Amino acid sequence: MIATEKLWPWKILLAVILLVISAGIWGSVSRIDYEWRWYRVPQYFLYEAETPLKTPFDGVVEQINANGADTTVVMVSESGEKVEVTVDSDSLKVAENEDLFEDDTIGFASEWVLGPLMTGLMTTLWISAVASVLGLIIGLIAGLMKISKNYTISTLAAIYVEIIRGTPLLVQIFIAYFFIGTVFDLSRTVAGIGALALFAGAYVAEIVRSGIVAIPKGQMEAARSLGMSLTQAMIYIILPQAFKRILPPLSGQFISLIKDSSLVSVIAITDLTKSGREIITTTFATFEIWLVVAAMYLIVTSVLSQFVFYLERRLAVSD
Amino acid sequence: MIKAENVTKIFSGRGVTVRAVDGVTASVDKAEVVVIIGPSGSGKSTFIRCVNGLEQFNEGHIYIDGVDIASRKTNINKIRAEVGMVFQQFNLFPHKTVLENLTLAQMKVRKRSRQVAEKKARELLEKVGIPEKENEFPSRLSGGQQQRVAIARALAMEPKVMLFDEPTSALDPEMVGEVLDVMKQLAREGMTMMVVTHEMGFAREVADRVLFMDQGKIVEVGTPEHFFTAPREERTKLFLKQVL
Repeated sequence: MIATEKLWPWKILLAVILLVISAGIWGSVSRIDYEWRWYRVPQYFLYEAETPLKTPFDGVVEQINANGADTTVVMVSESGEKVEVTVDSDSLKVAENEDLFEDDTIGFASEWVLGPLMTGLMTTLWISAVASVLGLIIGLIAGLMKISKNYTISTLAAIYVEIIRGTPLLVQIFIAYFFIGTVFDLSRTVAGIGALALFAGAYVAEIVRSGIVAIPKGQMEAARSLGMSLTQAMIYIILPQAFKRILPPLSGQFISLIKDSSLVSVIAITDLTKSGREIITTTFATFEIWLVVAAMYLIVTSVLSQFVFYLERRLAVSD
Repeated sequence: MIKAENVTKIFSGRGVTVRAVDGVTASVDKAEVVVIIGPSGSGKSTFIRCVNGLEQFNEGHIYIDGVDIASRKTNINKIRAEVGMVFQQFNLFPHKTVLENLTLAQMKVRKRSRQVAEKKARELLEKVGIPEKENEFPSRLSGGQQQRVAIARALAMEPKVMLFDEPTSALDPEMVGEVLDVMKQLAREGMTMMVVTHEMGFAREVADRVLFMDQGKIVEVGTPEHFFTAPREERTKLFLKQVL
């Protein structure tokens, strides 16, 4: 076969194929009766919340100071107590010297608030982050246990890894919440993060083990021959080299943990997936929301992939 | 300095047991250079690895400066800090620069400060003839340079004894000389050395005594002169005829 020198024909072919697929999807969707309501989506990222401000007592409006978009209202109670509130000018409902009764609405104060898609994303991110850190610690310990020469220690680690890798994460989350969570009175968040961490830990253990085993025996021998203890040799010689080797599979594991974390929505943790489902129950914008949710996961994972790619190149200096 | 008594190392697996080292008794005095020669598989590498405890032996005793290294009371890390070892495959730490290779154990084992360790490291790099490479990573060096760094790394601990396990066997022929020169210089300075090698020229020139090992046993011991002019044993004669 002759190597093709030019790339552009293939780029065009790629564009054509993607266009055909998009057109196909578009065509199929337009044949069913679905009304797209994209305009409804932005408010779930960010919206302006209006809080009604009320009179705390019976009294009178002493003074109103309009200051552009904001208006400050000073009220005095019958006993002479003064209270100042700031509302949006266009929502002002009282006039100067007007009598007030407790719980009257003076006006509304509005501020920008993150919508459920953003708070859901935050939950997904912090749950994944905590579970990743815990998973890394568990995996490091289990991986080191697995290469131990002691039968009991290595078998314990092997049993853990086998159980976790041999059962579905969804079932593990159910067991963590409904069984272990009930017995030890764990909150859904703790149970969810715990299940994710244990799940990631088993895979990390296997990655760590293979990374350490791949370091030539001579490295440990050289370190020990200089008088370093086993722990020193591990910390200064073996693990740094192993880490560089396992960085790609390790980061792959954590990136997929972000996706796997969507499963904790089944125990009613309001992560990105659960938020998406909740929005759909009120808007029926099923297509739009799921597409947006997918895109949000995709953005997070691809940003992380790029970051890892950059890190790998920096670590490659000594090769 | 080193005294080995009746050391036996047995490898067993898949129903086969091999006496890799079979009742070896040998000694190296202070400032003495002892060279061990022998065909491959004769157990000479296994024996030298027993001396600093990299291999555990099944029978016998090894004393370093009078300390039984296999005793449960002995802290093997302390012993190893006094016994430098140079490997066939160099085994430099690839994620550390040359300077860091030399300073790490000084700082972590000898508890020296960074300044003291780096000063020592630079002196030794000067001595082995590559002072300009201190900030390079090992992979940027030639085999001969790597092995010289490995020797400097062992020397940085200021060991009482140096063990060399076939230090030139993995080198391209043109680089063997530079490593041997460093070893010769060490010997002249009075370093106590035990060297496993195939370099007969080195053995003849530098050794105080030569041990010939075959099939796990010491077959013949003598001065280089004795060995290369009038060997006694048939097996020694045969081996020397093949390698010379």
